[in-house]
Amino acid sequence: MATIFAGLFYLAAAVLVAGLAVRIRQYAGTPAPLKIPTTPAPTTKGGVALRLVREVVLFESLFKATLWTWLFGWVFHAALALVLVRHLRYFTEPVWSWVAFAQPFGVYAGFAMVAGLAGLWARRFLVDRVRYISTPSDHLMLALLVAIALSGLAMKYVAHTDVVAVKAFFLGLMRFEVRSLPADPLLAVHLGLVAALMLVFPFSKLLHAPGLFFSPGRNQADDPRERRHLAEWAARLDSK
Amino acid sequence: MADVTAPPLREFPVPPAIQPDAMAASQPYVATEKMQEAIGFPGKLVDDWHDKAISKMGELVGKYRSLRVYLDACVHCGACTDKCHYFLGTGDPKNMPVARQELMRGVYRRHFTLPGKLFPKLVGARELTRDVLDDWYKYYNQCSECRRCSVFCPYGIDTAEVTMAAKEILDSVGYGQKYTNEIIGKVHKIGNNLGLPGPALEDTLLGLEEDTKEETGADVKFPLDVKGAEVLLITPSADFFAEPHVDSLIGYAKVFHAAGISWTLSSHASEAGNFGLFIGNYEQMRAIAMRIREAALDLGVKRIVVGECGHAWRVAYSFWNTLAGIGSGADDPFARMLQSQLDHRYRQPTHICELTWDLVQKGALVLDKEANDHRVVTFHDSCNVARASRMGDDPGGQFEIPRALVRAVANRYVEMRPGTTHEATFCCGGGGGLLTDELLDLRVKGALPRMESLREVADRHGVNFMATICAICKAQFTKVLPYYGFNRSMVGGVHQLVSTAIRLGAKQ
Repeated sequence: MATIFAGLFYLAAAVLVAGLAVRIRQYAGTPAPLKIPTTPAPTTKGGVALRLVREVVLFESLFKATLWTWLFGWVFHAALALVLVRHLRYFTEPVWSWVAFAQPFGVYAGFAMVAGLAGLWARRFLVDRVRYISTPSDHLMLALLVAIALSGLAMKYVAHTDVVAVKAFFLGLMRFEVRSLPADPLLAVHLGLVAALMLVFPFSKLLHAPGLFFSPGRNQADDPRERRHLAEWAARLDSK
Repeated sequence: MADVTAPPLREFPVPPAIQPDAMAASQPYVATEKMQEAIGFPGKLVDDWHDKAISKMGELVGKYRSLRVYLDACVHCGACTDKCHYFLGTGDPKNMPVARQELMRGVYRRHFTLPGKLFPKLVGARELTRDVLDDWYKYYNQCSECRRCSVFCPYGIDTAEVTMAAKEILDSVGYGQKYTNEIIGKVHKIGNNLGLPGPALEDTLLGLEEDTKEETGADVKFPLDVKGAEVLLITPSADFFAEPHVDSLIGYAKVFHAAGISWTLSSHASEAGNFGLFIGNYEQMRAIAMRIREAALDLGVKRIVVGECGHAWRVAYSFWNTLAGIGSGADDPFARMLQSQLDHRYRQPTHICELTWDLVQKGALVLDKEANDHRVVTFHDSCNVARASRMGDDPGGQFEIPRALVRAVANRYVEMRPGTTHEATFCCGGGGGLLTDELLDLRVKGALPRMESLREVADRHGVNFMATICAICKAQFTKVLPYYGFNRSMVGGVHQLVSTAIRLGAKQ
């Protein structure tokens, strides 16, 4: 089993990194010929950076849109971030002090993550407008995340797995050594689903994560009168 | 034409229940062969439209980062679903911004993404069939490109960008919209959207001089093609004779007169509007903007000022520097040719509200606010001004400056309900190239949210004048106000109020 998972994680990590790199290069390489920030917009680069930080950390626009979606969405993402931080302990030896500090919060975050996901999922059934726009993959993605969270929580609260061995396995992977992995069904489910998530990330709507940073509506400064903004293909028209 | 019905005003602004296909019968007239060919598009739907459309989509995804990112990033969170005035007024789920985008996103997924090729059903990917193409024509012509949804999207996805791309693709396969494409033809041929030729324009302006002389006793001029004037005024052609637009034109002329600024209109560029924006076609938008550059160079003006027009101000403020070098800060020879002629102590281009407000602050105008006391005024933010441009030096100046100006010329001013003004303003229902009679039912329904907040301030505060700075808003409201029991003359320009209040000849 260790060998299968080792291969799976090498593959998943490679697909995730390469897939995202390709996407990000594609986004960065596509010209934005016109100034289209949603105004009022910051007039300086520093202001734009701050706007993006507010979007990433606080979900500012979503907050203006609907409080429920913001609440569930923000709780889920914040909890996910904490859970990821908590999982860093499987990849670091010795564990970084701030990661150690976050450990107890990370456990509660696991529950918050499930609650946030449940709220988001409920909207897909209860609100007729959101039901209309939901595709099977929207439900599958939520199911995947919920299953990852529940299998993780189950290993903490229902059937303990040998986390020391799991850590040894991942530290080994990072040194290109395949070490043994506990033969634990919950662990297998958890790791398998995480690998699946990594594999679909660059090809799915999960691209909203890098997408935000490349959204011209949010990442452009409002200064079109002061500076001439010109894409390469558009500049060629000037010399015709 | 289908029956035109106004939906009842809602007591509480809750989103309507979805009513699939409620607006499936709404579509504008298709452009004729002649109109299409006049602006370089195929005359009618080409035989290989499917392949052409897909390849055009690929081209646009490569040329516009906005389109590529927006087609990828949506997570169907639903934040936008209750933000579009056309959805609120019709209940048709395809008028929810995300569903409107999905009409194109489905095809994008099918042809340009791996999961869409492998598991189309799973990710909502769809083939571009004739039905889908027809849906594009119908529902991308039920979007006024007002960007309200983009304010609320957590990723800033702007449906206007998707709508513009869809119209660009439809045009490229010979499935264009009559209203916009006919008008673009007129601009190229005659110089303005209304097809008003130079001599007729000259006559109109002379008539206005006489009328204004009669009203004020002052020799207020409406100059045309005057070389060496300081200011070139670019204003929507509706200002030349449509009501209530013309009252604002008279207002601008009085301001120039009172401040002693020499100015001129141009018969070559007698149009601020730029419908190239509505159809998302960069080359058309550029060609139309070039007329203004040419006029400015020819007349040797120092400043370019733009009249009351929403989308025109978006193009002028946000795009003119890019499209035609009208602005500041360029170092390339093409743009320098004009920019070395312009006076950069002033903003280039300047909105007429910026110009008048600067004069008010300097005390250069004599204003009699009491002259507007018969009016209780509210201000309708026009979508393109609010969400796609700025005035003044600070973000949000596009809200503050017109309001400051209204307050400077009128005593009685009331705001409409928060959430329906400023960046969250509702489109009038007629923008984006939809201001055509065969879409009247859609326009009336799309005006619902604005009419609700207007009804509120009319009942509560006796508001009897809604000021706005957009030619399309003015024309749209003039038409739809009666459907909601309002008087059509309730709408007018900010400079109409300025015109009423300004006193000429009293300044030493």
